[in-house]
Amino acid sequence: MNEGLVFAIIIGISIASAPLIFAAIGELVVERSGVLNLGVEGMMIVGALAGFVVEFHTESSLLAVLAALLAGMAIASIFAFLTQILLTNHVATGLALTLFGLGIAAFVGRSYTEENIELISEIHIPLISDLPIIGPLLFGYNPLVYLAFIMVFLVWWFLFKTKQGLILRAIGDNHDAAHAIGHNVIRYRVLAILFGGAMAGIGGAFLSLVQVPIWGEDMTAGRGWIALALVVFSSWQPFKVILGALIFGGITVIQLHAQGFDIRISAAYMSMLPYLATIVILVSLRIRDKNKTNRTMPNCLGRIFHSTT
Amino acid sequence: MIRLIPRTEPSKAMIFLSPLLALVLTALTAFFIFTFILTDIEVSSVFFTLFVEPLIDTYYISELLVKAAPLIMIALGLSIGFRAGVWNIGAEGQYVIGGITGGAVGLYFYNVEGFWLIPLMSIAAILGGMLYAGIAAFLKTKFQVNEILVTLMLTYVAVLFLSAMLQGPMRNPSGFNFPESRLFHDSALLPIIWQGTRLNVGLIVAIMLSFLTWFGIKKHLSGLQIKISGSAPRAAKFAGFDDKQTIWFSLLISGGVAGLAGLFEAIGPAGQITPGLPQFYGFTAIIVAFLARLHPIAIIFSSLLIALTYLGGENVQIYFNLPSSITNIFQGMLLFYFLACDILIQYKIVLFKTVQQRL
Repeated sequence: MNEGLVFAIIIGISIASAPLIFAAIGELVVERSGVLNLGVEGMMIVGALAGFVVEFHTESSLLAVLAALLAGMAIASIFAFLTQILLTNHVATGLALTLFGLGIAAFVGRSYTEENIELISEIHIPLISDLPIIGPLLFGYNPLVYLAFIMVFLVWWFLFKTKQGLILRAIGDNHDAAHAIGHNVIRYRVLAILFGGAMAGIGGAFLSLVQVPIWGEDMTAGRGWIALALVVFSSWQPFKVILGALIFGGITVIQLHAQGFDIRISAAYMSMLPYLATIVILVSLRIRDKNKTNRTMPNCLGRIFHSTT
Repeated sequence: MIRLIPRTEPSKAMIFLSPLLALVLTALTAFFIFTFILTDIEVSSVFFTLFVEPLIDTYYISELLVKAAPLIMIALGLSIGFRAGVWNIGAEGQYVIGGITGGAVGLYFYNVEGFWLIPLMSIAAILGGMLYAGIAAFLKTKFQVNEILVTLMLTYVAVLFLSAMLQGPMRNPSGFNFPESRLFHDSALLPIIWQGTRLNVGLIVAIMLSFLTWFGIKKHLSGLQIKISGSAPRAAKFAGFDDKQTIWFSLLISGGVAGLAGLFEAIGPAGQITPGLPQFYGFTAIIVAFLARLHPIAIIFSSLLIALTYLGGENVQIYFNLPSSITNIFQGMLLFYFLACDILIQYKIVLFKTVQQRL
């Protein structure tokens, strides 16, 4: 294998992993606060559309990413209102959010299905990016890939190094106790849900702005759900999200390259790999942790909070 | 600022009023959204096509019933699991697998006719669906792997498997390489119960299953068990109910009926197995189950309502060239409003101008 192919594969993996990192790191914060939002797929597709539409009209990638972020937050706010103010069931509301998101994105996006945009390309810093090996390996990725990694770091820093992060985790573990000592459970959770929406929105936009230059109503293809699996995989630890996402990205890229080579397996079977790998990884994780109870899972995950005082 | 004050007892009136309120709010919101987006089309005529036309034409009414049947079946199975807190979100996958396994039996006997054929195919479909859902049950009971994620991932796998089958072993040998199976012959097709339409015995099976489930939940211990472990897992444990049994039971039942629904679609309205077999019924049935508050008889009615959105969605696609995803918008919104309105049963809503939140 030559050097060029290796770099192509590494960049391919980074591009396949980044949307998962965005969506998963957002959901991780949401779940750490004790909320289970199954609407990630719906928020991603809305972000993908918003990013595409704004890029198409303004040709400004910055505005496009911003629009995706806001669109993700907007649709997440429905979930926040329903689950936090009207105390609806998290699972059912999240599913409704996914259905609604898929529907509204396909509906609004119907006039964009034949349009093309210019993809956001990898950065290229003169001289530095041209250095042998280190250049492309460290300075040759898409700007949004760097952002994904930065977000993971920021989330880790927020959760474990700030007071607010500590409060958020406390709320996720015991909302009654947190409420009793005067913390505003609802406010923290609403903000966490909005953050989750913003990240899922950017993750979705990554698909339409970096991966393929077109819009398609099925372009998320289950990535929102894979992101949810990644959060479980990570045991709610931010840095493990990266590890999980790279594994999935790797499988996706290997599967694509295998389809390119003349391997006599139907493309349909190869495309099953990322989904099957998700299951295998979830199982192997449980086998490894069999003897210890999962202490990192937020205790109040998915439980409805209503203060009577 | 809105505050919720718990009622001393659930409001009886609201149990019936909240679904109606949800419907009205959904229609209003949809009207608003469409007026905003569809500037070039008369929104009221879209609404007419969506909701009224399917109800004033006998052909559409028959189609409504055709679409309601699989929804009833799948939602019944899911409602059993949801009562127990077992979240089978991948009924769509079990439906597809049931269509494949049941259909495979039919295709194997493509030149043999017999009254035994449909029962045999049905058994294969039920087993296929059960086996597929059984994977999730096995992983959940053995390794505590989340069944939501497993059933969902398996749905994507099932749809890909369907396309692999239709490009390979199940493809019609004389079908010009189209990814479609042979047409099923008459004794492999469900008998029509309303001549001149596509309405078949599937509907009767679905309604019978509804009543069966109703009796089952009312009379039998497993019904009680499922009810309890959903609402009070600890109490269920003390009473000696087995968690694992409930998980297996819920997933196998819901997988089995979803599989049967998949076969009925293939040997009913479709008449062959095509890539169009998955119709999102498996996901929509989740909404159906919730709208019915998991009640087996109410599921019949909520299926009819949701079938209307399906049919209306197809019609606006034809007449106005709008995407059929309009259906998903309605369904998602309906579930949003329904969940939101249900709060009125347990709580009173009080509006405050200023609230002293802190101690």
